Parts: sequence; C-alpha cells; structure tokens
Amino acid sequence: MTIGPVVGAGFGRVTVVRVAIILVLLAAWEALARSGLLFRDVVPTLSAIARAFVTLLLQPDFYTNLGWTVGEIALALLVGGVSGLLVGLLLGGSRLLGRAFEPYLYYLGPTPKIIFFPVMIMWFGVGPTSKVALGALSCFFPIALSTAAGMRQIDAVLIRVGRSFRATTSEMVTKIYLPAMREPIVNGVRLGLGVAMIATLLAETKLSNRGFGYLIIQAYSTFDMPRMYAVLIALFALAIAANALIGRFSAYRASRFR
Amino acid sequence: MSVATRMAPATLGLGTLVVVGAALEALIRGGAINRYIVPLPSQVLLAFERIVVEENVVHRFLLTTAETLVAGALITIVGVALGLLLNRVHLLRAACETWVAAFASAPIVLMYPLFLVIFGRSAVTIVMMGFVAALPPVILKTLEGLAATRSVLVNVGRSFNLTPAQMFWKIMLPAALPTMFVGLRLGLIFAMINIVGVEFLINFGGLGQLINELAERYDLPGTYAAIGFVVLVSVLFFYVTERIERWLRPA
Repeated sequence: MTIGPVVGAGFGRVTVVRVAIILVLLAAWEALARSGLLFRDVVPTLSAIARAFVTLLLQPDFYTNLGWTVGEIALALLVGGVSGLLVGLLLGGSRLLGRAFEPYLYYLGPTPKIIFFPVMIMWFGVGPTSKVALGALSCFFPIALSTAAGMRQIDAVLIRVGRSFRATTSEMVTKIYLPAMREPIVNGVRLGLGVAMIATLLAETKLSNRGFGYLIIQAYSTFDMPRMYAVLIALFALAIAANALIGRFSAYRASRFR
Repeated sequence: MSVATRMAPATLGLGTLVVVGAALEALIRGGAINRYIVPLPSQVLLAFERIVVEENVVHRFLLTTAETLVAGALITIVGVALGLLLNRVHLLRAACETWVAAFASAPIVLMYPLFLVIFGRSAVTIVMMGFVAALPPVILKTLEGLAATRSVLVNVGRSFNLTPAQMFWKIMLPAALPTMFVGLRLGLIFAMINIVGVEFLINFGGLGQLINELAERYDLPGTYAAIGFVVLVSVLFFYVTERIERWLRPA
C-alpha cells in the first residue's frame, strides 16, 4: 500500500484537502479566539497574530537576536560535529575501542541534555558560550554514533583498493572513508542540527538576554501572547527550512555521486 | 573467543571511567582544576546518598515516571488512532503525512511557555508537553507498520473472505505491531526527555526540578550527583524499553 498512486492520480485533490484542512483549522482558531471560552489573549485572533508577526519582522531587534541564535547553533554544530566525527572515526575504525566506548555513547545519547545546562553555566559562564557548549554536547552523540556505524559499513573492497595504492592514513580518511560515509554522516548532521537547535534555544529560554529563546520567554513574561505566537511561527518556519535544506543537500550530493 | 578477549572491551571502558575519575580527583585536589567549578568525584559519589535521603528522590522519580506513563498512554491512544485514520483515508494521508514528518523534526518543546500560559505551572503542562512532542513518531511508525504489511498476508485474508474488521484484527494489526512498538518506544523516550527537560525549565515536579533547585542553591556535588542520577534513570529507561521491544519482536 503506497501513497504513490494517490498522489499521482489526484494531486489536485490533495491540494484541495490541504487547503481545506488549513482553512478549517484557521476558522476553528478564530472561532475559539472570539468565543471567550478561554482566558482573553491565550488564543489571540488571527489578525492580532498577523499584526504581531509583521511588527516582529519589521524590528531590527528581531534580526540581531536571529543572528545570535543562528551563530550559536552554527558554532555548536561545528564544535560538536567535528569532535563527533573524530570520535566516530576512532570508534568505527577500531573494534576494541568501538566495543569499549560505543555502548556509553549509545545509552547517553538519548538522555535529556538540557539538564547539563547548570554545569555549562559553571564552566562557561552565563553568556552565549554556555549555549554553544550545550548545543555542541547535544549534537556530538548522534554525529559520533552515525559516523562510527557508517565507518563499519564501508565496502571492504574500497578499503583494500586504498591499501593496495599504499594510501597514508590521512589519504585513507579523505579519499576513502569520508566519501564512502557521506550518507550516514549527512544523516548524523541532520539529527545533530535538530538537537543542537533545541538545546541552544531551550538554554536561551532558561537564562540569557539575547537570541530567539530569549524573545519567546520575554513575550511570556510580559504576557504578550500575539508576539509569542509570532516568534514561535518564525522559529518553526526556520527550523523546517533548515531541515529541508540539509535534506535537499544530501539528496543532491547522493545523486551527483551515484 | 576466550573470556579474557570477550571482557577486554568492557574492562577498557570501565577502566577508562575509573582512571578519568581518579585523574580528576587528583587534579582538583592538586588545585589544577577549581573545585568551585568541578567538585571532587568522591564528593559527588557521597552526595548520591544525601540527595536520596534528603531530597525525596524516590518520590520525584515516581512522579516523573508517572508523568511519562500518562504521556505514554496518551500518545498510544491518540497516535495509533491517528495512524489508523491516515492509513484508512488515503487522501488524508497524502495530504498530511509530510506535515506530520515536518512536525516530528520541529523543535516542539520550545512551545513550553505557551503551554504554561494555557495549562498553568502544573503537571498538566509537563504531561501535555511530553505528549505533543512524542506524538509524531507514533503516528509515523503506525502508518509505516500498516503500510508495510506483506501483500501475501493480505491476499491470504482476501482468499478467506475476511470482513474488513477481521482483516484488521487478524492480519493488519499483528503484522504492524512490531513497527508500531518501535514508534511507541521512540515516543516514550521523547516524552521522558521532554518531561524531564520541562520540569527543569519551569522548576516544577520531579527529577528535572531537583537539578534546578540544587543548582540554584549552588550545591555543586548535589547538582552533579542529581544529573548523574537522571542520566542513570534515563539510561535504565532506554535499556528496559529496548529489552521489552526485543522481547516483543523475536526476529
């Protein structure tokens, strides 16, 4: 049972259903907002959210905070990604090391990372560095684990070819291992980006004076609900766009090299 | 393989932990690392007993577990029902599946201030946050399991002239169960992570709040011990659900 034929036969119908769902949801929202069933402003009217969204986009402050958050996430991904990659190569390349340390990574991976935030504050202070550190810690695990798994599934023929050409270790890494592991690494980076984003933003909501997380918590503490919805919409749009971008990148690379 | 060869990786792993712990202890005692930033590992070990006795850890553990289980029950009921609905109505599935997938990768937990406004600073906020964040994998895996039922099984059902209800209970559901359990386990883990995280962030409830409280008191060994405790609990939780999943799907 696949959705292929349905999509193929009725692309128009799918679009109609999508538009209908969105319209029903928006109408239900507006009805709820005007009904007075909930406390005032908990569910603001659509026009109030739209106004808040436009105001948000027009404020230079928004872009400064966006810059901080994007910078923190990028740095977290760089630090956590490079260390994850190195550890993954090490663990994937040695049976003994893999068996000794991978279970720890495997079981520590899904623990809630935000609880390490107090430690990160003690180590790196209350500024952006502690958010970067928490983001890096979060994305280290998925990237290390998928690199190690990817390394083990490399075709043995490729490795023998490299050896028979007497490739040095660095040549083996750059010419054989990394190109052969493109897919698992991109997958790891994708997972890593998601968790780094969550960790960084959550840390910003807990303790900071800039960034997207700060904007959310600031809207909460001033009870500016339309603004909070506006920031959340902007954040979700960015998160989905970033994810789609990496997905597109991996698909493009895979088709180019196949 | 001899016992020594089999034990070597585990010994190396544990040994490294012990050596790193001992080295830290020495470096902190020697003054190379500030003990007001990193407490002595021996103090952290001693603090375990203190947080268990003085900080009501058992009660907090049960509270967090109960919240996770309630969220787990909710994702099972709602997630499986939505998965079944999407599997039934093809048009709805074609329209919504990508949305659910996008929802799964969105940072849903960032909506916790919104939930705070709607549900107040209470266990309901925590459970609802866990529920919403953990819902997408259950829906997606239910769909995947139902869609991947081998056509030979479906054909056997058809040749026996099964009614749609019989077809579902006798063929589709048993075939989809293993994949559905993967989704439920993922959902439970997501719920647990989000619940502990939100407890920490809003300073309310079980284990997450304990870490926040100890950190605010600047009780360093206590904070480290509490973090260690939560890590142990989540590892245990992860391990137990993994065992249950393996037991349920003897491949």
